[in-house]
Amino acid sequence: MNAPLTLAAAVPTLPDPSAAPAAIPAPARSIIRFERVAKTFPARSGHAAVHALSDITLDVPEGAILGVIGRSGAGKSTLIRLVNGLEKPSGGRVLVDDVDIGALDEAALRKERRSIGMIFQHFNLLARRTAFDNVALPLEIAGVPRAEIKARVEPLLDLVGLSDKRDRYPAELSGGQKQRVGIARALATRPRVLLSDEATSALDPETTEQILALLRRVNAELNLTVLLITHEMAVIKAVADKVAVIDGGRIVEDGATYEVFARPRHPTTRSFLAALTAKSLPRRVAEQLSAEPRDGRDQAVLRIVFTGQHAQDPVLSRVSRLLSVDVNIIQAQVDEIAGTPFGVIVVSVPGDAPTLSAVINAVERLNLTAEVLGYV
Amino acid sequence: MFDITFGLLPPTIVDLIIDATQQTLYMVAVSGALGTLIGLPLGVFLATSRAGELFAAPWLNQSLGLVVNAARSTPFIILVVAIIPFTRLVAGTSIGTSAAIVPLTVAAAPFIARLIEAAIREVDQGLVEAARAMGASPIQIVAKVLLPEALPAITLALTLAAVSLLGYSAMVGAVGGGGLGDLGIRFGYQRFMPEVMAAVVLVLILLVQAVQTLGDRLARRLDKRSRG
Ligand SMILES: Nc1ncnc2c1ncn2[C@@H]1O[C@H](COP(=O)(O)OP(=O)(O)OP(=O)(O)O)[C@@H](O)[C@H]1O
Ligand SMILES: [Mg+2]
Repeated sequence: MNAPLTLAAAVPTLPDPSAAPAAIPAPARSIIRFERVAKTFPARSGHAAVHALSDITLDVPEGAILGVIGRSGAGKSTLIRLVNGLEKPSGGRVLVDDVDIGALDEAALRKERRSIGMIFQHFNLLARRTAFDNVALPLEIAGVPRAEIKARVEPLLDLVGLSDKRDRYPAELSGGQKQRVGIARALATRPRVLLSDEATSALDPETTEQILALLRRVNAELNLTVLLITHEMAVIKAVADKVAVIDGGRIVEDGATYEVFARPRHPTTRSFLAALTAKSLPRRVAEQLSAEPRDGRDQAVLRIVFTGQHAQDPVLSRVSRLLSVDVNIIQAQVDEIAGTPFGVIVVSVPGDAPTLSAVINAVERLNLTAEVLGYV
Repeated sequence: MFDITFGLLPPTIVDLIIDATQQTLYMVAVSGALGTLIGLPLGVFLATSRAGELFAAPWLNQSLGLVVNAARSTPFIILVVAIIPFTRLVAGTSIGTSAAIVPLTVAAAPFIARLIEAAIREVDQGLVEAARAMGASPIQIVAKVLLPEALPAITLALTLAAVSLLGYSAMVGAVGGGGLGDLGIRFGYQRFMPEVMAAVVLVLILLVQAVQTLGDRLARRLDKRSRG
């Protein structure tokens, strides 16, 4: 597991990147651990019981950013709320730094929560407190003396780039600025873990990028472990070292983000990735794309992922020559996940079943994955 | 002394009006303060004690809710008469300004409780969630999140309560409570002096306007939800 290592190298703002590897212990121990966790909300008048989570086993290594992705209602919020005890598991254990969260009494739980920061989709800032006073709130709650609060809040506002907004009220801040205050507030009690519940879902793409960059920075600079949940693959791609895909209350796939992007196994993962690719397709193609072939003369649109060592290979021309089919490149781009280059090529090939499966076979024999995005 | 009535009312009547105004303000201020003293914690409790809430006590919540509703649905004039024995017990008498404070407080407390409850329920649950995630205790959540965030709404609620009390205090005049209502009935109605009645109504209107304007202004100053 060298994920935190490569991550640190990818962050350009690190004070001294060459020193980073030495600072991070080699085999990261897991700081959040789900052991066969289940959560059932009991039946209430008129509502059947909801099995929100079943058999969740998941490890978040210290210093890593782990992203949980799933559709609405998949159980993401329930999962993250178990970590700080806002929900209690109905089965299994949730350990944070070896402490069994579900077994703590209220007082012990309140204390434990100070080492677990949390940020929210709608920021949840107090409207009648300035940026400074919002960041000060967790410290007031923890009983930190006034003078010390000031000494701790100011560097935090600095860290998130809001020193000049310290006396502004939330209504006077943009969404991105509000989330920065939220992040500073979550960091105030110097937690070891940061939980993020859809923290960028209310933000535009550009602001999302800035907030994610900030998360990456605090992750690297403070060696803060981050557990974030999202419904967007783009968020996972941008920050997560590891990813877990949750569907119907179960984790259906998890692993290093790079691996999961290169070789998705579960249909849910594949459809998330397809949606991510489809978002960047040229409009002309995106508009025509249909899930099923309409007739035998359709072209199939394939997403082929190139990992590091294949990035240079003339794969497409080989496939084209080997099978004597026309391969049209619709789009090609090279991305990076946690510092490792990663190519996605979208092509169209004849969509009849025999040709299509021959092409997919040929691609997979080269140890790449090909995915049908649809037909045009 | 400068005559603010420009000679429309004899000086003795003016003195009576000034006295009555002072009595009214005294009744409203004291019963408002006592009503808030009881109504505020009661309202906070009502807003936080349903199942699954901070001070979850569904049974107590429902029982208190019933008591509050009962007090609220009793017409004020009936309430005044019905609790006369209690008023005697507390104030030593059932006649006069101080005695009137008892029914006024009994009427104000549940009213204020419901208004405070509504104001607190307006606070975004996300803030409570965030405070819990920070490790705040239920008391801290009330003191640092719910009350401060609801303050503009609470200010408006107390303004409304004060205006209502001005009306109620005029009503206790009918049963010998003193104040502007008493003056209006004794002079304006029984001695048929319409100019006194008019003056009483005018003073009440001015008081209501003043209270409402002050409350609105204060609430707006406290509310930081809009820009600028
Ligand atoms: N307090 C609750 N009582 C009953 N059912 C609940 C409760 N909280 C969540 N659920 C149910 O549990 C399931 C998972 O909910 P959860 O909020 O974890 O989903 P999610 O993945 O966060 O969805 P979204 O992306 O819409 O936020 C849903 O079916 C939801 O209705
Ligand atoms: Mg959710």
